[in-house]
Amino acid sequence: MILFRETQERRALAPARAPVQPGVFDLYAPRWLAARRRMHEGRSVARGVLLGLVGLVFWTIVFALIYRMISYFRSTPGVGDLLAVKLLGLLLLAFLPILLLSNVITALSSFFLARDLELLAAAPVDGTRLYLARLLETTIHSSWMIALVLVPILSAYAAVFDAGPLFLVTAPVALAGYLLIPAVVGTAVTQLLVNVFPARRARELLALIALLAGAVVIVGLRLIRPEQLARPEGFRDLVDFIATLRTPQSVWLPSEWAAQALVAPLDLAGADWFPLLLLGSTAAAFTVFGAWAHERLFRVGLSRAQEGSSSGTRRTWPIERLLSPLGHAPRSLILKDVRTFFRDTTQWSQLILLAVLVVIYVYNIKMLPLFSGEDVGFFLTNVIVFLNIGLAGFVIAAIAARFVFPAVSLEGRTLWLLRSSPLRLSSLVWSKYWMGLLPLLVLAVAITTGTNAILRVSGFVAVLSLLTIVAVTFAVAALALGFGAVFPKFNTDNAADIPTGFGGLLFMMVSTAYLAAVVVLEAWPVYAVLLSRLRNQALGIEQWSAIVIGVGLALLLSVAATVIPLRVARRRIEAIEF
Amino acid sequence: MIELHGVTKRYGRFTAVHPIDLTVARGELFGFLGPNGAGKTTTIRMATGVLRPTAGQVRIAGKDMVRDPIGAKRHIGYIPDRPALYEKLTGEEFLRFVGGLWGRSGATVRKRADDLLEMFQLADWKHTIIENYSNGMRQKLLICSALVHSPDVIIVDEPMIGLDPRAARLMKDVLRAFADNGGTVFLSTHTLEVAQALCHRIAILNQGSIRAMGTIDELRHEAEAGTAGLEEIFLKLTGGHQVQELMAALHDPSSD
Repeated sequence: MILFRETQERRALAPARAPVQPGVFDLYAPRWLAARRRMHEGRSVARGVLLGLVGLVFWTIVFALIYRMISYFRSTPGVGDLLAVKLLGLLLLAFLPILLLSNVITALSSFFLARDLELLAAAPVDGTRLYLARLLETTIHSSWMIALVLVPILSAYAAVFDAGPLFLVTAPVALAGYLLIPAVVGTAVTQLLVNVFPARRARELLALIALLAGAVVIVGLRLIRPEQLARPEGFRDLVDFIATLRTPQSVWLPSEWAAQALVAPLDLAGADWFPLLLLGSTAAAFTVFGAWAHERLFRVGLSRAQEGSSSGTRRTWPIERLLSPLGHAPRSLILKDVRTFFRDTTQWSQLILLAVLVVIYVYNIKMLPLFSGEDVGFFLTNVIVFLNIGLAGFVIAAIAARFVFPAVSLEGRTLWLLRSSPLRLSSLVWSKYWMGLLPLLVLAVAITTGTNAILRVSGFVAVLSLLTIVAVTFAVAALALGFGAVFPKFNTDNAADIPTGFGGLLFMMVSTAYLAAVVVLEAWPVYAVLLSRLRNQALGIEQWSAIVIGVGLALLLSVAATVIPLRVARRRIEAIEF
Repeated sequence: MIELHGVTKRYGRFTAVHPIDLTVARGELFGFLGPNGAGKTTTIRMATGVLRPTAGQVRIAGKDMVRDPIGAKRHIGYIPDRPALYEKLTGEEFLRFVGGLWGRSGATVRKRADDLLEMFQLADWKHTIIENYSNGMRQKLLICSALVHSPDVIIVDEPMIGLDPRAARLMKDVLRAFADNGGTVFLSTHTLEVAQALCHRIAILNQGSIRAMGTIDELRHEAEAGTAGLEEIFLKLTGGHQVQELMAALHDPSSD
């Protein structure tokens, strides 16, 4: 029979032929096909249009900003072109550490933790091909966002300097070199790290390092107050300034070479082609070096990646006693969530970002020039306090996106247990809601009271801002839970990934719209009350009706924004089929 | 104890489970067999309330799964096929969590969890977080979790996956003892020897419909299989014999 004979013949022939190796793109194909399929599965016209619009708006803003800046630079004879190149170099330099860090983290997944590695490791695949396929994957996954941001930036340069077709050829080459070098270095760092720590520990360690590094960068940037750099008295003289501009920021970094290579076809003063050559040859040499390192480090690293990570715990949590008045099921759920939160590095480490956000927010309020020099006045201070409600609400929404939005997604894979248990789904929704709401509420009240104290405001506006932030927190937490249930992401091990999709974006947009509506509705009563205070008049019928209608409508809106999302969340959890 | 009346599941135009009627009595060990993709897991998930049937009624201990899901689920212990667990909880915490979901807590559930962990040789691992468990240990923990709240009904999908021979034997003993003590077991498995050795009655599902149901003798009669074992009956009723005949033909040189 043909089937068996052929097999026997093949077996006989096998030793004579070396196994045919798959191409690098064949090895990458499953990822690409899966991504394409995911895009097709999730294709909805409304979602596509919305994402496209948001992207377009973002691109337009970045393009307009850069275009305006470079046009302005060009109008300054002598230093204009130098400034433009300097700006590009600075931007690429700022992206470089982000790229490096992102590559280190992505390489950990693609080289050591991906589920298909067992299959690939068992297959007779040449190490270099596997390296190149995974390097391609790592580069794409870590760099796509920065590549997308660079499109409007480079388009603005092309538009201002009337770039010819040569720019269209050299720009992608320079960009590829610029993105590839941190990918190779990041991958090599990961290979080394995994050879020292088991991969699962290394991932947690890296997530923490990344967050801390991000936090330091954000706080650092804010505390050096870049707006002060624009002060003209900072420059000693023009010659000094031009000399500084002519000096490359970092002659050994690919960001500098990329900036020089990108502007080479733009016919600017002092442009040359050597940086492009340097960038291309370094990227190629690094790739060869990376493949060599991979041959030596990968197998041992992969083996170590299979090893276990952390051990167990016997700790009894004091919260157990505190929760005893609750029913069995809600108590079990909350305890489980608290334990998981503090044991999962991808979850608790986000507290660092939260702290950074709050520090920057409070610092910015403190730095407002309200009490330095001239007296800004009672009216303006109160208006700022009032607008502060919107800002504080936005901070709360950003935090809710990180901590409340993922609640349903994180439960997704284990819903089999909750759904087969006699637990009321409303208990599940309520426990998730209170778990998210209470810390948010404490934070919201603390920052509002704190910033009110910094702004030295009391009376009607202070009370109103406190009441409003409480109502806003109730609503924002419910919106986060509701949107998280409607747009869940079940296939992720990383809690930080969950709010980064379409649902997270929509939640932030809806929350912002809701906050704007609350601010607008309360503006009338605040204006009426402040005006009567300024005139030293008692509150009349007009002011009282403004308070009742404006504040009442804002309250109604907040109640609706609380109740409806919670109902939707419950219905969605009921309807999830898995 | 378990009643399915006309239970159906459709996904768009595809019918995964055609109307199914069956009843499993108290103290009965009921086997649910079928080839891959026959609709066994879908049926089980409808029986446990995880999935809502498109049509039909599921009743557990007389309680309707749609009208009174809490009342119905209170009686069930469910062991799904390769489920996700809470990776960051320890084995003991997971069992106490499950106990809490079924409204049980305190010293009783702690004692029962300890006994079960001891019985399934997980006592040394009870303070270790689940992400460090092997597949077999996870399966044992899952079995413990289905028993920790003292259910009246156990619904189990592929219980033997990943178990070592000793644990597999223990699992069989546990199920048998559970039924002997008045509990009801609904067991879906591909291990035909287990089904033949344990089950009082068996249903064979094929392409979403029950092809045959009854005791081994009744199934033999249905399949006109003489004194054949369950494997023969299964292959005859699910079309597996065609594959066997094809394989025989492939081995036969005269068929060229």
